[in-house]
Amino acid sequence: MADDFDTIQETVRACLVDLLGLSRARVAAFDDNTPLFGALPELDSMAVATLLTELEDRLGISIDDDDVDVEMFETFGALVRFAAAKALN
Amino acid sequence: MNSEHCLRFSGSANVPSILLVPPLFDEANRMRRTLVLTMHALSQLGHTTLLPDLPGQNDSLTKTQDVTLSLWRDALADITAKEAVPLLIASWRGGALIDDAAVNAIGWWRMAPLAGASIVKTLIRVRIAGEKEAGRTVTTDQLRGEIQNGPIELGGNRLSTAMLNELDAASPAVVAPLRTVELIEVPGSALWLRAEPGEDSAMAKAMAANISDWAMQCAAG
Repeated sequence: MADDFDTIQETVRACLVDLLGLSRARVAAFDDNTPLFGALPELDSMAVATLLTELEDRLGISIDDDDVDVEMFETFGALVRFAAAKALN
Repeated sequence: MNSEHCLRFSGSANVPSILLVPPLFDEANRMRRTLVLTMHALSQLGHTTLLPDLPGQNDSLTKTQDVTLSLWRDALADITAKEAVPLLIASWRGGALIDDAAVNAIGWWRMAPLAGASIVKTLIRVRIAGEKEAGRTVTTDQLRGEIQNGPIELGGNRLSTAMLNELDAASPAVVAPLRTVELIEVPGSALWLRAEPGEDSAMAKAMAANISDWAMQCAAG
């Protein structure tokens, strides 16, 4: 299981690069306030479904679908915080 | 059973043949163009390559609700038994859940294999997300209850209870000799996850070189 915040943040970045086909340079520049859902046309509901499973596999976490809401995809920071809350719990 | 289409490019007689087992379901569609590019690159290295359609996948006329992992394993055993030459089996993602059924194998190569349970999770999430967009709420429990009464649609596939049960329990089998390659080891990206994957010839060439290298090692074995 990923056990520090930076590793988790970089794993989330890597997932976004792999899933959405965004350039590494672009995703490397994402900060807490970078908007995701609604701002990235590549991130549709299907991509979200895949992203959740990929985060589970790469971070060794388990995500209950009841915990998933749209707010966690609003910004890069929100998504990283959600993943970190699961992984560091 | 084996009226399914199989894409084949011929190579040299003295070089091991490669049978490609694609990812499962939608991931197969996303990877197909790059897998065919990989076959071309392997041909240039002298390998004969085969890419069979699993029943219910790609151009197959079989309904997806009529297939199971066991049936795919049987199909793979049939296809490989008919090949006169030793084969290296190269599988991607969920293909690793059935690749051990191949006979005549001198070795296995796997890229980013995953457990069947992860595939099921994604399929169910895609369905839930689709329902949500249509203003309906369904839960995993509801879908798992519903499938007990007959096939349901998950991620664009009508799947049976038997298939779901087999996927839930499936993990890549222990095979030998095996080389497992993760995404980080080749230049490229997870095309199988992409909504609009296009194709990646650099990644195809890198995968072909890696597969060929392993095939030669296994043949020398």
